[in-house]
Amino acid sequence: MTKEKMTSMQRVLTALEHREPDRVPMLLPLTMHGSRELGLSIRDYFSRAEYVIEGQIRLQEKYGHDAYTGFFYGPAEIEAFGGEVIFVDDGPPNSGEPLIKSLDTLDRITVPEISKVPVLQNILKTIRTLNEKADGDIPVLGVVISPFSLPVMQLGFESYLELIYNKRELFWRLMQVNETFAVQWGNAQLAAGATALAYFDPLASPTVIPRNIYLETGWLIAKRTIAKLNGPTATHLASGRVLPVIDDLVKTGTGAVGAGSSEALVELKQACQGKLAIIGNLNGLEMHRWSKEELFHRVKEAIDGAAPGGGFILSDSHGEIPWQVTDEQLRAISEAVREYGTYPIS
Amino acid sequence: MSEQIEQFQDALLSSNPEKAEALLKEGISNLSILECIETVVMPALDNIGTGWEAGEHALSQVYMSGRICEDLLDKHLPSEDELRSNKPRMAIALLNDYHSLGKKIIYSALRAAGYNLLDYGRLEAEELVHKAEEDQLELVLISVLMYSSALKVADVVKGLKKCCPAILIAVGGAPFRLDQSLWQDVGADYVGTNSADAFKIVRSYRGAEQDD
Repeated sequence: MTKEKMTSMQRVLTALEHREPDRVPMLLPLTMHGSRELGLSIRDYFSRAEYVIEGQIRLQEKYGHDAYTGFFYGPAEIEAFGGEVIFVDDGPPNSGEPLIKSLDTLDRITVPEISKVPVLQNILKTIRTLNEKADGDIPVLGVVISPFSLPVMQLGFESYLELIYNKRELFWRLMQVNETFAVQWGNAQLAAGATALAYFDPLASPTVIPRNIYLETGWLIAKRTIAKLNGPTATHLASGRVLPVIDDLVKTGTGAVGAGSSEALVELKQACQGKLAIIGNLNGLEMHRWSKEELFHRVKEAIDGAAPGGGFILSDSHGEIPWQVTDEQLRAISEAVREYGTYPIS
Repeated sequence: MSEQIEQFQDALLSSNPEKAEALLKEGISNLSILECIETVVMPALDNIGTGWEAGEHALSQVYMSGRICEDLLDKHLPSEDELRSNKPRMAIALLNDYHSLGKKIIYSALRAAGYNLLDYGRLEAEELVHKAEEDQLELVLISVLMYSSALKVADVVKGLKKCCPAILIAVGGAPFRLDQSLWQDVGADYVGTNSADAFKIVRSYRGAEQDD
């Protein structure tokens, strides 16, 4: 690999400032692939911070992407609240039965103490060590699940929708707890050395919740929460539609948005121009069946659609690359970004 | 779209069960309950499902609409009512993962459309094969959210085609929507992305049966 003009940190920050770096930054959110590098099961891999640190370093050296991922798995926050996490051999850990079985018990839920939750401590250790290793050259990304979206795992989706639609008072009680936790957890990651946080908020998408309800709930929550986080955020809607809420997201104070694969990057770029950087949008679920030629074509298409003028980071559509995506495919993405992503791009 | 469907649909989209019930009662005063389901309830749910697919409505509206209709129809056409259809013998299951919203949406929509179906809840592949065989199902509807769960459908298909070769398997959920050839890879007979698709699948099964 030839020496590049900018460090990953400079490249990412330049893109986030809506300027053109030396080439399009590439973010590969590889949470599970490190276990393959180390010959461990996914469960064992996440059992120790040292494994994840080593996994992240090896993956970054191999594919040359522009950030470390301090994030382990979504249900880590559910584990903090006392919920169950289920590990599988070929995918991300999943949350088990909802931890709040009845809305009647909702007022008993309290804010978890981060210092007492082993998985959160492992994540903080990972972020801290990766940040030391990066020495300012590579960003380290943290993740906080939005207070508004976390209840899908806390309560189950159906009960949560009943809460949003029919029991607004109880809803706000839960939000109080979740907001406090999100701010504490986000700031703990930033204090440990995370460069920025992904504010993971699938429910903000009009694919899931009508915009009018989002504006009277999740949007207010995002605005308050993001204002209290001591670092930059990128909001990710996990493959949901983004276009109808771009201006709303801008007003939450976030700096970038994760784009799903169902919306055209050209249109998104127009809507986000100068207001939000775009992160996306290779279809993560289809990626494992793409040939090298197809991958090159998809990367070029994404770069042509959103990279001119900066403000674009190439990534997947969901915020986590599936286990089924192979080493060859990841190498092909990396090669394609170097082939087509060098600025100036017209 | 007829005014009746439009009004009923608006009541569902704004999550207004009282208005939806008033409109249904008004409909029943002129038509039979089955005619009402056929000409108002199903078209409204159909439009909302396809509207979600087209980006016009939100998933929460699809869910709340199905729930309202299910409650209404349970009241006006109880499970034991002989007008309800028990054909095909079918069940819906959440395979492997714990995200049951999609299953609930389809279950509610089919119940609201006058069908009886079993709800297996959350199961592993082997349990699902066993139960489907035991209940002599003709159609099994499988819902998943996680990609790793979607891949497990292949185990169900393998098991079911061995013990009940005539059974048909329909799949749905985000992985099948985002990866459009996945349903064929796992060997399913049908894929559906919304309640409108579920109606079509069940109707096409019944159509095929009548042709026989």
